[in-house]
Amino acid sequence: MTQSHPDAPSSSTSILKTRTLSVLVENSPGVLARISSLFSRRGYNIDSLAVGPTENPNFSRMTIVINVEDHALEQVIAQLDKLINVISITELDPVVSVQRELLLVKVSTDEKTRSQVLETVQLFRAKVVDVAQDAVTIEATGNTEKISALLRVLEPFGILELIQSGLVAMSRGLKPGSISEDKK
Amino acid sequence: MSESTKMTGASSLVKALEASGVDVMFGIPGGAILPAYDPIFDSKIRHILVRHEQGAGHAATGYAQATGRVGVCIATSGPGATNLVTPLADAQMDSVPIVAITGQVASGAIGTDAFQEADIRGITMPITKHSFLVTDPADIARSIAEAFHIASTGRPGAVLVDIAKDALQMQTEFNYPKSIDLGGYKPKLDATPESIRDAAALIAQSKAPVLYIGGGAIKAQAHKELLKLAELTGAPVVTTLMARGAFPDSHPQHLGMPGMHGTVAAVTALQKADLLITLGARFDDRVTGKLSTFAPNAKIIHADIDPAEIGKNRRADVALVGDLRLTIEALLPAIKSEFKKNQPDISAWLSQAYGWRNRFPLGYDHPSDGSLSPQYVIERIGKLSGPDAIYAAGVGQHQMWASQFISYEKPRTWLNSGGLGTMGYAVPAAMGAKVGAPDTTVWAIDGDGCFQMTNQELVTCALNNIPIKVAVINNESLGMVRQWQTLFYNERYSNTQLHSKRIPDFAKLAEAMGCVGLTCDSRDDVDKTIAQAMEINDRPVVVDFSVHKDAMVWPMVAAGTSNDDIVNARSLAPIWDSQEL
Repeated sequence: MTQSHPDAPSSSTSILKTRTLSVLVENSPGVLARISSLFSRRGYNIDSLAVGPTENPNFSRMTIVINVEDHALEQVIAQLDKLINVISITELDPVVSVQRELLLVKVSTDEKTRSQVLETVQLFRAKVVDVAQDAVTIEATGNTEKISALLRVLEPFGILELIQSGLVAMSRGLKPGSISEDKK
Repeated sequence: MSESTKMTGASSLVKALEASGVDVMFGIPGGAILPAYDPIFDSKIRHILVRHEQGAGHAATGYAQATGRVGVCIATSGPGATNLVTPLADAQMDSVPIVAITGQVASGAIGTDAFQEADIRGITMPITKHSFLVTDPADIARSIAEAFHIASTGRPGAVLVDIAKDALQMQTEFNYPKSIDLGGYKPKLDATPESIRDAAALIAQSKAPVLYIGGGAIKAQAHKELLKLAELTGAPVVTTLMARGAFPDSHPQHLGMPGMHGTVAAVTALQKADLLITLGARFDDRVTGKLSTFAPNAKIIHADIDPAEIGKNRRADVALVGDLRLTIEALLPAIKSEFKKNQPDISAWLSQAYGWRNRFPLGYDHPSDGSLSPQYVIERIGKLSGPDAIYAAGVGQHQMWASQFISYEKPRTWLNSGGLGTMGYAVPAAMGAKVGAPDTTVWAIDGDGCFQMTNQELVTCALNNIPIKVAVINNESLGMVRQWQTLFYNERYSNTQLHSKRIPDFAKLAEAMGCVGLTCDSRDDVDKTIAQAMEINDRPVVVDFSVHKDAMVWPMVAAGTSNDDIVNARSLAPIWDSQEL
């Protein structure tokens, strides 16, 4: 994490916070490379990045989760905004946005533990999507906290394999992040 | 330009370049770009065949810096394109508008490691403002129009358009857009009225302001407005390496260049100021020294067209995001009305700042062994060629001396590689400048190290009637590196001795390339030799000035140290009055 210049004066707001950026980009080749190259060149670490099509086939939307200070966040947004293929950038406050990630996790089970695992799945409103002799595969969606809590509970049974989609997020209410919105 | 007639993608490319106002381009043909060279043969655009693609790129940059127009270079795929990487990075760092056109292997072969294939769009992503890959001939004209728009508007920069060979060969309709609307690119031109008012208020409160001027003042053609602003506020002015010429050196408010090799007055004024009026500058490490100790008591007004520069290195108290000329035009009446209420008395500050300038002027010694002083040579070239000439420098000691000891009075007369620090920039950049300003005397002030990187473009100059003048400041070493070895590596001169007083013979090399070669190694001959070079206008001239190798660039703020620790000669810090510390 080297968001700011190493000997920049330290400000009172130099606390690392997790931020969610919703970035509307042109759906053209090389855009993902441009964005990831910018993050790596400027020394910003991406926690997760999810990208997919939108209601308009000319655009894609990326949800980028980063862990930065206030000052660095302004820089990230300003630098992203310089990319010609980036149409708009919105920071999504978790309070006024819906944030979800998808988890697939393969948990080791035997005759004794299988029922406990299934109970956990129910409690978290997750789903079993595959059952084998000595393992079950669970699918869960939710915000980061829910997914972490589920994993904490499943961990003692033995996690064989897991994959997460990265966060996708959308603002609540009307459409402040819609494509018709002018560039920030 | 909306007529649609069938033509090849290549013809569409050339027609789009013409429609974009291109009058000259620098390049070398090769396999993938070959289809484009057929219509180039018939075009009214002058194509200058260079000897290395790097030369084409720097020539485009020199042309753009001298004229303010977009410079154009063209190369083939693979190595042709990768040879443009250095000049693209160079132009982008110094915000110079250039467009590079490269051929790419046929679209079906992309990704197969085909002969002369390189992913130049990917390679140049982090070093250009934007890069295009065009595989559909119908997209060529629009991409060219967009490339020129992106390169020349907002914060100018380098744009690459890579075009697949089959797109150049196929038939298409020519569709050059009447206007360009890029959803993700809308440079903001006008600073907000609130920010203008806040800036004017800060200026009216300041007792010790400094106008910190960067290259943006030249890019925005804001020099006339800057002069008005300086005279309205009365504030002392410093011009960075990229801004030399934005404000006349002869002006009584000018303190010179700040930074690692800036004047004591300019560096110290920034350190002691209570307000920096920062116009088109970016708080580069070579200006600020150790950032945490830079201008500790100053509030910051930061005007820049690039919002990402605001707060990047130094927090701004007032940000003026917009075109600098328009920003200053808006500031002038706002400051006047603030001054009606309260005009601060800055006379004590001015006498302090001008006192530093008088006490610590730039200077140099003539070597005691009678050999030639490099600073003297450069100073005389400036004096004898005058402020109308254009000076292009390479990178190193000679560059710093050319910035320090030539008086710049006008914008676009000083060209150099400031951000990237590209050795070898001078000769091709001077070539491009001379093409853009054929009636102006153009000097390349070069070092013997730099000159050996790109001098083959003198062949291009000789064959194409581009009579530039080159002063090789020959200290037979990589002088700036050697200076650091002297100061920081116990005089252990590892690999900095070039032996260039022995090999090559620069005068003979010049003659072999169709130029006039002159030599000079004594102070008495300097003026005579420069006069001789000035008289030759039918061919390029190269003067090998054999100078003392131990001359050093002073003052100096050592890398990573505070500007407060400026040294104005070896082991000699300025002696301050006690009340100044």
